[in-house]
Amino acid sequence: MSASGNHVEIRGLTFRRGSRAIFDDVDIDIARGRITAILGPSGTGKTTLLRLIGGQLRPDAGTVKVEGADLAGMSRRELYEARSRMGMLFQSGALFTDLSVYENVAFPLRAHTRLPESMIRDLVLMKLNAVGLRGARDLMPSELSGGMARRVALARAIALDPDLVMYDEPFAGQDPIAMGVLVKLIKSLNESVGVTSVIVSHDVPETASIADYIYVISNGRVIGQGTPAEVMASDSPEVRQFMRGEPDGPVPFHYPARGYADDLLAGGVPREAGRG
Amino acid sequence: MAEQRDLLSRVAGLGAGALEVIEATGRAGIMLFHSIATVPNPRTALPLLAKQIYAIGVLSLVIIVVAGLFIGMVLGLQLYRVLVDFGSEAALGQIVALTLNRELGPVVTALLFAGRAGSAVTAEIGLMKSTEQLSSMEMIGVDPLRRIVAPRFWAGVISMPLLAMIFTAVAICGGWLVGVEWLGVYDGSYWSAMQNSVEFGEDVGNGIIKSVVFASVCIWIAVFQGYDAEPTSEGISRATTRTVVYSSLAVLGLDFLLTAVMFKGF
Amino acid sequence: MKTRTLELAVGGFLIAGLLAFAFLAIKVSGLTFSAPADSYLIYGKFENVSGLTVRAKVTIGGVLVGRVTAIELDPESYSARVEMAIDGNVKGLTTDTSAAILTSGLLGEKYIGLTPGADEEMLAAGATIRDTQSSLVLENLIGKFLSNQLNKEPTE
Repeated sequence: MSASGNHVEIRGLTFRRGSRAIFDDVDIDIARGRITAILGPSGTGKTTLLRLIGGQLRPDAGTVKVEGADLAGMSRRELYEARSRMGMLFQSGALFTDLSVYENVAFPLRAHTRLPESMIRDLVLMKLNAVGLRGARDLMPSELSGGMARRVALARAIALDPDLVMYDEPFAGQDPIAMGVLVKLIKSLNESVGVTSVIVSHDVPETASIADYIYVISNGRVIGQGTPAEVMASDSPEVRQFMRGEPDGPVPFHYPARGYADDLLAGGVPREAGRG
Repeated sequence: MAEQRDLLSRVAGLGAGALEVIEATGRAGIMLFHSIATVPNPRTALPLLAKQIYAIGVLSLVIIVVAGLFIGMVLGLQLYRVLVDFGSEAALGQIVALTLNRELGPVVTALLFAGRAGSAVTAEIGLMKSTEQLSSMEMIGVDPLRRIVAPRFWAGVISMPLLAMIFTAVAICGGWLVGVEWLGVYDGSYWSAMQNSVEFGEDVGNGIIKSVVFASVCIWIAVFQGYDAEPTSEGISRATTRTVVYSSLAVLGLDFLLTAVMFKGF
Repeated sequence: MKTRTLELAVGGFLIAGLLAFAFLAIKVSGLTFSAPADSYLIYGKFENVSGLTVRAKVTIGGVLVGRVTAIELDPESYSARVEMAIDGNVKGLTTDTSAAILTSGLLGEKYIGLTPGADEEMLAAGATIRDTQSSLVLENLIGKFLSNQLNKEPTE
């Protein structure tokens, strides 16, 4: 649809929560049919970015264009229409707790199509088979392990064969086997049907192993971007610190505070604190 | 000087509080509008509605019936004690029925409803919000206002008047049980005094209108508090408490207003 | 199976609600569905109807036969014109039927008591009863009694 090869274009994005700027004049392009990773330390608003792309939040400044259309200009109905072409895998899975695994995956199909029950069944079993959980279809979400819940959520996210799938921290808190399964699933999903994928994560090695392009975000800004190899080889100290997982560096180990010595002295020395 | 500043800050606080209330009311109104302004597709909406009528109405039935029976029995007992002194215990049925139809039926049902069903709805929606279920529904392209809020709202509006009528009917029978079966009021006069004084439109009809109004307000508060809850465990518990408190106050206040409007000729 | 029990429960609940409604309508408020269909109107002119309200009972010998449906001021005679709907089954009202505004108990509600006469002719629908007795106004009675007492004393 859009002339450029970009599925999502973010320009000059600024988003504040209270007085704190989560994003400050950020530009991001997400190429069609590729896996783009957004990396960054925890608490840098990566989930917020996905919500901005999904139109659940509105930017304070700048534009978010999906398929060339600005989300901010959409009516409620157009927005829901646009969302039906996106899939999102939430960090917690966010399965509907009152529905079985089968019904969870069938939910988007029932909501957006008028397919006969037999076809819905086929599609659901196909999607569940793709994530290896066809046998778990009658379980309730409370009976699933964390990794299984995430795989069911993935099956649900791709139920409608979306053009764009967003993964919110897909690897966080997973054991190595589950992580390997998810890496393989995301990769094969991208290769087999050419779906545009956005992965938001702080698990560098796993993400870097499948991403085509990486953005590194810190303190509301893009501090580095490029292919995994380029980013790994980046000479920016910030990027290098994050990619290699060094405990201290430009991204400080300490939460911003006044001088350590000052702080220690402030407790013991009777003087007006913080005014000097 | 300090006093002035204190006063000013208090006035400012009052203003901020008022603004907050107005803003919340606005949000609640917009939410309700988006939830119920569209005509739903009956194929998908009816099963959802049935499920919610079950959760909201059917599951409240036991508490309503038990409470109705006891309240009717207490009314029978108390009113008999008063009336027998004037030798007019034949009017027992009339007083029991009028009290229940006009006031106790709709009001007590609404209070029980707020405690039983309203708080459950708030907690359920709040929990859905905190586990990102509402968000993920939005991302699937299904409006949670229509899918989650609307069926619960309508189920409440349908269920509560039915519950109120069941409550009133059971309570009148409870009064009969005590008055006629136990204390020996003549059976015929219990019912005929009732029929002579209870007007269908004036008493039964107005009672039903009251309970429809109470139902809308209670369930509106419940779904809004859930939808607007802070998605943490404390946030949900606060929202649940607010549902019960606000619903109860709203019901009692509205009851006075509606009574003043409906029964002004009496 | 699960949806079936759910539907059964919801259906049972709705039916219970409707039964409660029917109970309130018929057993509690004594609503009869035939009444408005076959009743006829008669009128009565009263000097004073104070305390009488719309929907007050109309009785013959203490038995309910109808309700007051309207009370208005007759612009010519400045008396009260009371419209009564009488049950269609009650046909024996003669033209010399008298109507009186009575009180149930000492301070109870006002109602109209009809006393059929002995005339051959029957009262037609829409006819007006001429022989009426107004409502008893307690204040007037007490006032009269007191002024009688006062008037008596000086003469003695």
